Amino acid sequence: MREAVDDHWYPVGLLSGLEDTRKTLLLGREIAVGRNGAGVFVRDAAGRALPTVARFGHLWTSPGQPTRDLFTIPEADTPGRQLVDVGSVRVKCSPLRAVENFLDIAHFPFVHTDILGAEPHTEVERYQVDIREEVDEVWATEVKFFQPQAARSAEGGIKTEYMYRVPAPTCAVLYKTCPPRPGEWDVITLFVQPLTEEWCEVWPWMALYDDQSTMAEMVSFQQMIFMQDRSILENQIPRKLPLDPGMEVPTQADMTSVAYRRWLKRIGYTYGAQLVAA
Amino acid sequence: MILYDYILSASCYQVRLMAALLGQPLTTRAVNFHPAKEHKSPEMLKLNPKGTLPVLQDGDLVLTESAEILRYLTRDTPDWRGQDEVWLSFAAALNGSIGTARLHDILSYDADIDAVRRAGVQHLRQLEAHLVEQRFDGMIFLTGHTPTIADIACFPTTALAPDGGVSLDVYPSIRLWMRAIRSLPGFIEMPGIHRLHELEAAP
Repeated sequence: MREAVDDHWYPVGLLSGLEDTRKTLLLGREIAVGRNGAGVFVRDAAGRALPTVARFGHLWTSPGQPTRDLFTIPEADTPGRQLVDVGSVRVKCSPLRAVENFLDIAHFPFVHTDILGAEPHTEVERYQVDIREEVDEVWATEVKFFQPQAARSAEGGIKTEYMYRVPAPTCAVLYKTCPPRPGEWDVITLFVQPLTEEWCEVWPWMALYDDQSTMAEMVSFQQMIFMQDRSILENQIPRKLPLDPGMEVPTQADMTSVAYRRWLKRIGYTYGAQLVAA
Repeated sequence: MILYDYILSASCYQVRLMAALLGQPLTTRAVNFHPAKEHKSPEMLKLNPKGTLPVLQDGDLVLTESAEILRYLTRDTPDWRGQDEVWLSFAAALNGSIGTARLHDILSYDADIDAVRRAGVQHLRQLEAHLVEQRFDGMIFLTGHTPTIADIACFPTTALAPDGGVSLDVYPSIRLWMRAIRSLPGFIEMPGIHRLHELEAAP
């Protein structure tokens, strides 16, 4: 049986930042997140303890009855990586729009100019997209793009290869060519906490091979990238992510987005989505 | 010169922008302001007991006030100085209103959000009214025909107003002024403040 919206796992805080009890929202309902003598906790408005998982530097919870464990990222466990708590940024947009934007490559030269992309290198070459039934995830592979400065540790422009993975409706994982270690993938994630259908708290997290940058530099790089997206996310219309084809005309470069929307519809994940054609 | 820097801080950007416009080399040291609160770390408190950013270090000199830093950077370039005192304190007021709304909306800082947005709108109206007067007198910048530290102090927080839920759509003179600043040779961007993309000729 498919999980209901409530039965998924959601990020609600950084494990390293849980000193005081924090009141926040999850799916429109108030929760309290914190740490006490007994460990970390999440409680709903009625004081009921919600299930928790500590993984990827974050605390995760579910207001429903999760039938599956939270996904794993085996690549992030390989030794020698810097695990980067990027912190959170709040955005007035649908949680699904935040994920969709993360999956898009075509905007790099225009929004992340001279960092993740640059004119005239704007072409997105053909890549592979699958909805992997056996794991119930969306994957895009063989994605290649020219980047002037792909990471803090990158000097000069390189053709970067990526894989994108959507392991849960409000989470996305990006695997990216690792400049100092060819053959390994850097792992960059976007974990989204849906505050409401049109407001979210975004928790990026990274597991990188980088011996040169300080932690503050890696955090700063990723916050810069995400904040370049924020104003665009807040101005997207319609506010909710349309799952049915309507006025928007997707192009070849939007294949991942098309698969993501199709998958959301298939699994019945409609929180932050719009079902009537725009 | 070393700037202890946070990429999302409007006040740190003021310093980066000023140095870039003057062509002065600046070494930036990233401080993990969010989420690690590194500006309150023992190391940073030793440098700046207030625990704030930006901090500019030039040899033995340590400056921790944005206005002071702007004055220091322009000490040998009188063109960048004008009747700027009143605008430097106005910049601080903007920071308290619009800047606070922005920190609330982005990083979940505590604030009476309606009150700071209302104060922000008041400030923007004052700024708009002044810039209108300047334009009537044929001037585009806050204190004259050319930019001074007054403009550089007020520009970042103003331009980032939409980050805190305050729209700039209704202020044509502010928008033109921002465009003039973004056109300056040496201009650099920050997240939320885009560079000027070249305008195509009308078809």
